[in-house]
Amino acid sequence: MSPVEMNLEARFDAYVAEEKKIEPKDWMPDAYRKTLIRQISQHAHSEIVGMLPEGNWISRAPSLKRKAILLAKVQDEAGHGLYLYSAAETLGVTREQMLDDLHTGKAKYSSIFNYPTLTWADMGAVGWLVDGAAIMNQVPLCKCSYGPYARAMVRVCKEESFHQRQGFQVMLNLAQGTPEQKAMAQDALNRWWWPSLMMFGPNDSDSPHSAQSMKWNIKRFSNDELRQRFVDMTVPQAELLGLTIPDSDLRWNEERGHYDFGEIQWEEFYNVIKGNGPCNKERLAARVKAHEDGAWVREAANAYAQKQQAKKTNATTHAA
Amino acid sequence: MTEGQHLQIILRLGDDALVLGQRLSAWCGHGPVLEEDIALSNTALDLIGQARNFYTLAAAREDQGRDEDQLAFFRTDKEFQNHLLLEQPNGHFGDTIVRQFFFSAFALERCAFLSRQLVDAEVAGIAAKAVKELQYHWEHAAQWIVRLGDGTTESHEKVQASIDHLWSYTGEFFNADEVDAAGAEAGLLPNLAVMRKAWNARVEACLAQATLTCPEDGWMQRGGKQGIHSEHLSYMLAEMQVLPRTYPDATW
Repeated sequence: MSPVEMNLEARFDAYVAEEKKIEPKDWMPDAYRKTLIRQISQHAHSEIVGMLPEGNWISRAPSLKRKAILLAKVQDEAGHGLYLYSAAETLGVTREQMLDDLHTGKAKYSSIFNYPTLTWADMGAVGWLVDGAAIMNQVPLCKCSYGPYARAMVRVCKEESFHQRQGFQVMLNLAQGTPEQKAMAQDALNRWWWPSLMMFGPNDSDSPHSAQSMKWNIKRFSNDELRQRFVDMTVPQAELLGLTIPDSDLRWNEERGHYDFGEIQWEEFYNVIKGNGPCNKERLAARVKAHEDGAWVREAANAYAQKQQAKKTNATTHAA
Repeated sequence: MTEGQHLQIILRLGDDALVLGQRLSAWCGHGPVLEEDIALSNTALDLIGQARNFYTLAAAREDQGRDEDQLAFFRTDKEFQNHLLLEQPNGHFGDTIVRQFFFSAFALERCAFLSRQLVDAEVAGIAAKAVKELQYHWEHAAQWIVRLGDGTTESHEKVQASIDHLWSYTGEFFNADEVDAAGAEAGLLPNLAVMRKAWNARVEACLAQATLTCPEDGWMQRGGKQGIHSEHLSYMLAEMQVLPRTYPDATW
């Protein structure tokens, strides 16, 4: 590193430490840029891959009102994907490149979306638990040091908290419904509980990117802190629903002032990340198919835009 | 127009909107670009909203204790009276856009009339809101027709094939049956012969701009308004209705 760069980096670190926002045209260390591109694009990919498990139930939503709410929700996820791709583009990467990385398996997305949505109750559980866990992770990002990401996250979080409430509402209706509906709700909680806890990532002792991200004010709380916060928030909600969290080690710890909970099956977590989850192949294949099937449409739109541009240029040339 | 015919007219409006809304919603997560996932989902949402309004009105008028969901989920394909075009499968993006283009041109003209008629104020109220949505649906579809028609050779050929295929489902819009005739006579529905002129003008102007050819009128498919559908609707309803029919006592 040259003395000039060292000086820039020191100024950058001091700037971030003062809780100031970095904007696209500001100088930033390469590693900071790369970390953000990785994180924001992963986040964007998670939004669009995340449309698939819930999109799975739009055609079968059990009432017109539920259909409209679910469709609006999944549409919101597409909107989040757009804000986030745009935020990542301010760092000098194109949407096309990011999609390419997703489709070739180079870029990751949240592993939670590799689990199947098997019943209508999963629309409740996903909203309540998965969006609930996502919010825990995302609210601190509204204050992250990179301006465009922080601002995108403000909008995302507003909508996510609405999604979470409506997921809880679906669960509540089921929990107070017929015995079959209640069983459906319990089954969904059984299947989504542990994967939701895994959404916070590895234990702090095994989290590779955490320390540097904390220093850069991209990450504010550790994985384990956020996971604990999620458990503490969710246990009373499950009690309100009259459902049982599938963890025999779960109990209130008076001394810590938190719930203790059981050990996460990290072997499953790492296997789902590696591509061995129940739906990894389907999810990626669905994204690739949509992209490939749509190629002729995007080409047509580009060709048309170019023709229009050429006409305009011609007209200007003739006028001159 | 009998009371029964009046009710049938409202139900048909709901059926058109629901069947197309259900079809379009399947694009959510699978569009050619993210912006189109959003646009097609938005259109689906508008249509499902329109269906809910018409069904709620129909349920109140018939006064048999049914609601919008009973009308949507507990009627058979024979009881649905949507136009055949709307139940046709999504196909590729061009097929979906052409279906939307043909229908939006029709629905916009129909809805503009419904919003102005003085026979049924509640229908006029629903239509007044819907007409703004349908204007957007029309513009969105028409813009894509031009892009695809005047885009690449491949897109031109594909969308022309979609037009040629779906054309035979457009005749049903203007083929008035007794209910349509009674509705028009009473002033609730537009005269379909007049509508046809407006529709042709819209469609032909856009196709010309898109360098596409408007097919000659040949044999036209019919039957949707009488409950005689293509093979596709029954599958669509089976999927859509599965939960309420499996758990008829449940509320969601």
